[in-house]
Amino acid sequence: MPTSTITISPVTRIEGHAKITIQVDGKGVVQDARFHVNEFRGFEKFCEGRLMWEMGGITSRICGICPTSHLITSAKAGDAILSVAIPETAQKLRRLITLAQWLQSHALSFFHLSSPDFILGFDSDPAKRNIFGLIAQDKEFAKRGIRLRKYGQEIIEVLGTRKIHTPWAVAGGVREPFDSAKRDYLLNWIPEARETALMALETMKKIHVKFQHDIPNYGNFRSLFVGLVADDGALEYYDGRLRVMDGAGNIIADKIDTAQYHEYFGEATEDWSYLKFPYYKPLGYQKGMYRVGPLARVNICDYIDTPLAEAERKLFKAIAGEAETVNNSFYYHYARLIEILFSVEKIEALLNDPVILGHNIRAKAMINQTHGIGASEAPRGTLFHEYWVNDDGLLQKVDLVIATAQNNLAMNRTVRQLAMQYMDGAKVTEGILNRIEAGIRCFDPCLSCSTHAIGKMPMHVQVVDEEHRLLCDVRR
Amino acid sequence: MKPRVATVWLGGCSGCHMSFLDLDERLIELADKIDLVYSPIADVKEFPRDVDVVLVEGAVANVEHEEFAHIIRRNSHFVVSFGDCAVTGNVTAMRNGLDTDDVLNRAYVELADLTPRIPRDYPTIAELLKQARPLHEFIRVDAFIHGCPPTADQIWSAVSELLQGKTPALSHVFLRYG
Repeated sequence: MPTSTITISPVTRIEGHAKITIQVDGKGVVQDARFHVNEFRGFEKFCEGRLMWEMGGITSRICGICPTSHLITSAKAGDAILSVAIPETAQKLRRLITLAQWLQSHALSFFHLSSPDFILGFDSDPAKRNIFGLIAQDKEFAKRGIRLRKYGQEIIEVLGTRKIHTPWAVAGGVREPFDSAKRDYLLNWIPEARETALMALETMKKIHVKFQHDIPNYGNFRSLFVGLVADDGALEYYDGRLRVMDGAGNIIADKIDTAQYHEYFGEATEDWSYLKFPYYKPLGYQKGMYRVGPLARVNICDYIDTPLAEAERKLFKAIAGEAETVNNSFYYHYARLIEILFSVEKIEALLNDPVILGHNIRAKAMINQTHGIGASEAPRGTLFHEYWVNDDGLLQKVDLVIATAQNNLAMNRTVRQLAMQYMDGAKVTEGILNRIEAGIRCFDPCLSCSTHAIGKMPMHVQVVDEEHRLLCDVRR
Repeated sequence: MKPRVATVWLGGCSGCHMSFLDLDERLIELADKIDLVYSPIADVKEFPRDVDVVLVEGAVANVEHEEFAHIIRRNSHFVVSFGDCAVTGNVTAMRNGLDTDDVLNRAYVELADLTPRIPRDYPTIAELLKQARPLHEFIRVDAFIHGCPPTADQIWSAVSELLQGKTPALSHVFLRYG
């Protein structure tokens, strides 16, 4: 049976965003679908020869959306190279900025990027389906989202003197202490932030009802889930050890030291994407597909140690029932909002902790190890920085395992599932394009960590037969 | 008619776009003043014609960026290099002293546990240019906004002047790199 390939690419494919290809056979039945990333900058090579001390500043430039996650993870790899336990004040301040990063990134994902689909509708006018369209439709909702993201960014600026690419965390601790005036300023925001987080969750529950017929197709499959968990089983974001859970809710590996991650997780390469394909080694490539990020974290933890978020987690888990984890990728959105609420509660608790006002913020040491691994939970999942240095602290080799890449196999699976569900032969409608795009959006892929497609992917689908004759051409 | 504004993201980290979003409540004000006709944060299909002002983030790092740069120039009245990567190459250009094959080899061969190979010769893969270069080496640029990223205040100041039809004269406090 002759086959044909449908390419869904940005109309601006010359700009080099992510692309999707769908292969259909002669009867129009979908055989395969792939999610491609086509941007590359080469940090793992050009960092060689730089000083370990510079890595926070350089690696935060991997991504303007989650620079603080790279900064913190880099500082933790530096801690390992110095062989120091950092002061408690520094650790708690780093926790505070990590949560601020979650808050601003998750608010961006939900309010600025995804809610236009939910509030204006998947089938609404594409020209208006964006944050400005949202402002026109529901100014109050948009403003609340903008201010929630702003709060996260304000915390980062108050701590680190700038909102994007702050150099504030360093190997051994942080550069500047905190003070009570700054604390009081940030505490004043808490009631508004909490109210917005709860409002967003109520909105999500309505979305859940409104889109109940669509939701089952959004990447609904079992996979492994991976993330950091605190030693007592609580949701973790800064420290902790790795847990691996299967799609039925069984813990198949637990308390894995992050320094051992290479023994459990590998990366494969395909010639059709610049985004690598991490997998869980004991199950091998493909079968070792796993998901990270909000959905994984809320699934794998035993509980959340803040009351409002824990109550929401219990409601969330009830979606799947006792025998399963929440396997549907659509619920990344939902889990993300629970994490927003958690972040607000936890930020309040940290701000009220007198330890953060301490002045002992940095452990100073020379290079004591030539190898160090740092890990933390970035908004989109577990992030690893691994450095090899010489005795002077000059980088010899760098390995970065990025959160979004770890969802690569699952994102491909989601695209395949959506294509199989909605494609009907060579007919490609705007609605199909939007749903496939929305499937990817569930994962909130931070492609600037590897490429640079945020927001909505403009799409151009062409269906051609084996003679390269155009059967169908749809743009939006 | 409101000015037609576009933003583009080439080889960079999106930090300049994030700083644009740091305009926060000023975005609501901006929504009344402009038509955002193309942007990575909006649903748009292709780079439109008759764009009044375009902010371009990122260096020109691969063949698709280069081709796109010329379309941007052709379709826009006023092109702004937006942030240090567009202005100087910056972090995206840190690979310039190295051979592109060595850079690709490290990521996709040496650090791969399985199926090591360099992604290439596939229609979805954009081939890297030998060096990542600033935008003005490819097309005429009308104004430059410095910073890694430029601050929201800096962006607001520049955008406000552009919307009045002026070339932004940024005060010296904004003329910093990094």
